[in-house]
Amino acid sequence: MKAKVYVTLKPSVLDPQGKAIHHSVELLGYEQIEDVRQGKYFEIALGANVSEIDAQQTAERIAKNVLANPVIEDYRVEIGS
Amino acid sequence: MKFGVIVFPGSNCDHDAYHVLSKHVGQPVDFVWHKQTDLSGYDALIVPGGFSYGDYLRAGALAKFSPVMKSVKDFAAAGKFVFGVCNGFQILCEAGLLPGALMRNKDLHFVCRHVNVRVENGATPFTSELEQGEVLSIPVAHAEGNYVCDDATLAELENNNQIVFRYCDENGETTTEANPNGSLSNIAGISNREGNVLGMMPHPERACEELLGSNDGRDIFRSLTKAIEKSES
Repeated sequence: MKAKVYVTLKPSVLDPQGKAIHHSVELLGYEQIEDVRQGKYFEIALGANVSEIDAQQTAERIAKNVLANPVIEDYRVEIGS
Repeated sequence: MKFGVIVFPGSNCDHDAYHVLSKHVGQPVDFVWHKQTDLSGYDALIVPGGFSYGDYLRAGALAKFSPVMKSVKDFAAAGKFVFGVCNGFQILCEAGLLPGALMRNKDLHFVCRHVNVRVENGATPFTSELEQGEVLSIPVAHAEGNYVCDDATLAELENNNQIVFRYCDENGETTTEANPNGSLSNIAGISNREGNVLGMMPHPERACEELLGSNDGRDIFRSLTKAIEKSES
């Protein structure tokens, strides 16, 4: 069982790194790009006998308490194999 | 009176803080390894600058799980003094001892130079030897010093006089140009509501000797010493 956690900046928070990436992408000629936001991606491997519900709950807790800073970031958990 | 300087793996301003407290403030001081949990011998703790845990995940994010931090929370809750500088400020925000967060500098640069900060609250245990409105020259050295919080938190900080230092120009004007990292409302340092926990991005421990370009940082440590003396009497 694998939990995939996506941590993204809250929409209200400015993302200077995303802006710099956006600028570089524009320099390559991709003029139709409206915005780039940078985030983080984590893969958490859980034991094979962990239920999907348990995996979801565990990953949510880890995301909330460790992986994301709730002052500036949101998170999303996906469970897969 | 005894100071403790907490040392995390990757702290690198711990010796500067130790040097200033022992040589210039003239008080006993210990290094406190991050695995230590007994803080009963200390009156004030310095959470120093550096790159605790290599700034992995987010600056200060992993240090908050060090064993010492639970004791630091109890220490602060008991009204004792906790002073976080640079990475220490980031750690205190991550640990929830101070509100808000410190993000990547607006222009993405690592900024390393002397800046001016204005004393916004001269009545805290960390600023009693300073005048309100006084301008201090203190160096910054960080890539993640861009203070952010939500509107409600900012209003609370302002209403409770928790904004202790703001970036300013040499005349004390808090201009956008004088803001080295894009911090909300030019915030350079804040306290908790009770006033016994302070975090700031500039390094006062690097501004305690004329030889280093400024000794404006000394009065912050002197204020803290007076506050401890007062709390003991």
